[in-house]
This record gives sequence, C-alpha cells and structure tokens, in this order.
Amino acid sequence: MSEYILEFEKPVVELEKKIREMREYSETENVEISEEITRLEEKAEKLRTDIYSKLSRWEILQIARHPQRPYTRDYIEHMFDDFVELHGDRAFGDDPAIISGIGKLGNRKVVAIGHQKGRTTKQKLFRNFGMPHPEGYRKALRVMKLAEKFNRPVVTFIDTPGAFPGIGAEERGQAEAIAKNLLEMSRLRVPIIVVIIGEGASGGALGIGLGDRILMMENTWYSVISPEGCAAILWHDSTKAVQAAEAMKLTAVDLLELGVVDKSVREPLGGAHHDYEKAAQILKEEINAELEKLEKVPPQELIENRIEKYAQMGFFEEQS
Amino acid sequence: MDWFKRAKDGLKPQKKKEIPELWIKCSSCEEVIYKRELEKNLHVCAECGFHFRIKSSDYIKYLLDDGHFDEFNAEIGSVDFLKFKASKRYSDQIKAAVKKTGQKDAIRTGFGKIHAHEVVFCVMDFSFIGGSMGSVVGEKIARAIDEAIKRKLPLIIISASGGARMMEGAISLMQLAKTSSRLAKFAETGYPFISIITDPTTGGVTASFAMLGDFILAEPGALIAFAGPRVIKQTIGQDLPEGFQRAEFQLSHGFIDSVVKRHEMKDRLRDILEFSTDNQFDEENTNGELNNENLLVNSPGPAESSLDDDQTN
Repeated sequence: MSEYILEFEKPVVELEKKIREMREYSETENVEISEEITRLEEKAEKLRTDIYSKLSRWEILQIARHPQRPYTRDYIEHMFDDFVELHGDRAFGDDPAIISGIGKLGNRKVVAIGHQKGRTTKQKLFRNFGMPHPEGYRKALRVMKLAEKFNRPVVTFIDTPGAFPGIGAEERGQAEAIAKNLLEMSRLRVPIIVVIIGEGASGGALGIGLGDRILMMENTWYSVISPEGCAAILWHDSTKAVQAAEAMKLTAVDLLELGVVDKSVREPLGGAHHDYEKAAQILKEEINAELEKLEKVPPQELIENRIEKYAQMGFFEEQS
Repeated sequence: MDWFKRAKDGLKPQKKKEIPELWIKCSSCEEVIYKRELEKNLHVCAECGFHFRIKSSDYIKYLLDDGHFDEFNAEIGSVDFLKFKASKRYSDQIKAAVKKTGQKDAIRTGFGKIHAHEVVFCVMDFSFIGGSMGSVVGEKIARAIDEAIKRKLPLIIISASGGARMMEGAISLMQLAKTSSRLAKFAETGYPFISIITDPTTGGVTASFAMLGDFILAEPGALIAFAGPRVIKQTIGQDLPEGFQRAEFQLSHGFIDSVVKRHEMKDRLRDILEFSTDNQFDEENTNGELNNENLLVNSPGPAESSLDDDQTN
C-alpha cells in the first residue's frame, strides 16, 4: 500500500515485489508455483514480524512520521459516526492545525479533538504541519467545556512536531494558552482519554494531552522536544538526532516503563499506515474499554485521581 | 634606541583589559558600575534601570521580612534516571551545578513573611542548569502548593527558567502537568497565587505555572516567552521586532498584570496580599491570638524594609 519505503522495510518490500512478479508469471504463463509462492509469503510475513519486533527508536520515529500515516481525521472517519466538526476559539480565529468536534464512538457520544497534519503540500501549509497557534488550544478548551456541559467524555489525538514558534503565536500567548489548558483539563469533570497517534512534541502536544488515560500507538514518539531540537541544543548539532532519539527514551515501550503512558496500543503489522481500518478498529475498542471504566467514576473522584496520577510522575532522591 | 622597533613577535591584539573584580559593566547601557553600589541598588543599574539577573538568595533577602526564609524540602535532588548523555553526562551536569550553586536543584521553597503576611515562597535559580524544570522542580513546587493548601497561605513563585529539563525526557514535560494540576487544587482554597516572572522565563515554565497566577508580575525587561527568540528567528527566517517577548511586550499584549521594579516589588506584593487575604484587619490587632506569632515579628511599615532605604524612585 505504501509508496514511501523506509530503509529498514526494504528487504521485505523487495521480497513482496518478487512474490507479486511470480504470481503474475504463474498467471500469464500458466505455471503452477503456488507452493513456492505460499512459502515466500510465509517468509515475508516472518521477515516483517522480525523487522518490526526489533525496531530502533529512530526507526519507530520514522514510522511515526511516515507520510502515509493515518492522521486525526483518518481515525475520526474510521472510528466515529455522525462527526460534526466545530470551529473557532470565539476570540481570534480558527486554527486548522487542531480539529475538534462531536460524534459517536459506537453507542457513546463523545467529543474528539486532535492535531491535524496535511498530506499534500497545500494541505500541509494550510494545517501548518500540525503546529498549532494559541487559538488552536483555546478552541480545544472551548470544545472541552462543551463536553463538560453536556457530560460527554473527551478523546484527544496527539500528532504534532510542536506548538508553532512564530511572532503571532507569541503575541497571542502561546504559553498562556497551553498553561490554561493544563489547568482546566486537570479539573474537567468528564473523562479524558489521550491517544498519541504520531508525533508528540513538548508543550504543543501536552496542551491537549492531559488526561485520565494516556494511550500510545505502538509506532509513535512522545517527549519534551523533538530529537532534532534536542540535538541542536545539547549536542550543538542537529544531525545528532539519531543519538538524541535513543537518549531521550521516547517510544511507547520507554514511556510505559517510565509511567508516562498507561498503555501501548497495537498497530497492524508494518505500522498503522498499512491498514487504516484495522488500526482504527483496534484503537476504537481500546478507547471504548477505557471509557467503560471511567464512566463509572464520579466526577470529583475522577479529578482527584487525575491530579494524583500526575503527582506520581518524577524521579528524584531525598536525603535527610 | 629601540623605541620604534617592533616587538619581536609582532603586533598582537591587545588583550581586553579585565575590569577589576570590584567593577561590573552594565549589559544594557555599558556603564561601569561599582559592584557594591550595584548590590546596594538591588542589582539594578542606577544609570539605565537594567535589572541584572540575581540569585534566589538575593530575592529572599530583598523580599522576605528580615531576609528570613524557613526552607523546606531542600534535600530533594536530581537523579539521572535515563542515563542521559549528550555532549556531557546529565549526572556530571547535576554534580557541577550543585557544586557551583551550593544548592540541590533549580528551586528553593519555604515559608517567609512579606510585610508580616506569611506566605509559601518559591524562587528559582537560573544559574542551576538554566533554571530548568525536571522532576525536582516539579516535586518541590507540588509540595509547596500542598503546604500552602494545608496551612491556608498565599503562594508566591518567582520564575527564572529556560524551560523543561531535556535530560529528563518526557518526565520533564510531565512536570508541566504536575504543577498545573496541583494549582487546580490550590485554586479551590481561595488563597492567592502570585507569579513573579524574571529574566529569562521561557518554554515549559512559562507554559505552566508562571502563566497561571491569579496575579502575574514581571521585572522590567524580563524575557518571557514560550519559544525563545533564537528558535523563532530560525523558524521564520526574519528579524524580530524590538522589545519582542520582553515584560513590557507581554504587558501590552495582555499577559501580565504589571511590570514592577525590583525596588517596588515587596510593596506591590503587600498590596496584593492585603487585597486577597483576610487578615488586613488582623494587622491592627497584632495582639489577636490567631496571628500573634505571624505579626509581632515585623509590623509593616516603611522603615522596616531594607529595600526602602535604597529606593530610587
């Protein structure tokens, strides 16, 4: 399916190409080689499983950034019914880098909010590469308040290289917008489920990423800054991003261990971009299962648990 | 006579004359200032009003009654739980910073009094790994907030920070959530949180507690930003406007309540504390049982504060 081939995928992609050629040959020449084809298919499957079971952090990051990777809108299309997008922060404008709206997740009425990247050059520019301005965070908060008012849970999708660092963004209070969201999300009286579906960089991700359950798709990354940014600052050399990615421990496996996320969500073999429908179905089941549990918790307890969840995050020593 | 002879190794660029230790050059107006004069003037240039960056101990001295600070949780220190190594090891950086500053991390927290108002007082140190917020800063702020909740006290945090501490990866990012969510809890008490922003405060600290004050004050000229100017310049490829992201810029864009000179900070804090806490009547009643110990030590008055002696305007 994917046109864009990652370096580590090459062996298996070549094998698959060979299988296709053999199949064509067997059809056109009417030669019976199905046994051979089956054998190679099994080999390809095994090779893929093998490759994907021992990806480096940098390789995972490449899948997270894959140009065909499903974005928020793709998940919404495959998971939600009757989705209605809601626009604007009611103060300054509408930020296309964050989308928000109401819809049905199975039988549940929920609010969905997420970073949105574009696929074509034109769309990328329109979506500002998924890098929000303050009005994006304020729109998100406005829609979360709607969720609270109508007692519906919130699901957020994280996929951003960071909040946009620009003059307008600073003039309109990027920091204040994110800070405010953190405060308000801490005390929102409805469940919040956060899913990292691609990239999760810094306050730009966290600005819609504070919640009761944090799920992380298998092939994604989440950290305080992008590896490139980290390399530029700490190595004074942005080409050291590969090392930075390793040092920062930014994958689902890492963050599960550190207690930053609650669950790593399986993706179809080869990554979510190989099968949108399947990726969305797996995620939908996970979200519904979590909501099932959270809906039973009274609001005050929900908030206390949420604050306590973040209180636990941190590693330090204490001598007396 | 060899007066005109060239020195053997040719002409060398003259080594810039070191200004003797006793003097310092103002980084804004370049005026050479006698250090003791500068200290006496709260590290503010008498010529141009430039506010030098100062240490947590200075703020304690300038803002708390008698410079008395009852510190807590001073023994919490950072650990290199990711075994992080860039051009330096994080564990070495911690050690070096502890040695340099004599402190365990980039923030100090404790109790103090401001014109007899007891407060929980937190103050950051930019000199400790750029005032970066990792687990320790997050934890100490969280505990300070808990103290303020428990003892029903106002909370003051003086920020000076380059943002989240990258060497702690996503855990440092989570400190934004940890501090902000604890402030949500504090907000229920009805006690004030006063955020004082000093130069420079950027990134994760601005995008969490620093911007969440009921009252937000800033020192003149302080850089207050989400993304630092260098990053923005790189991204957009153009020069930034004059005064961009400075305290005055943030004031005119509506993100802080007031730009307050260092000399006036203590009095402004008193004004805010008097407005936002209930004990304004207690002050006249210093013999009242409840606030006895709080207020007898130092009754508010202009003569009390060492700051007022040096007030330049």
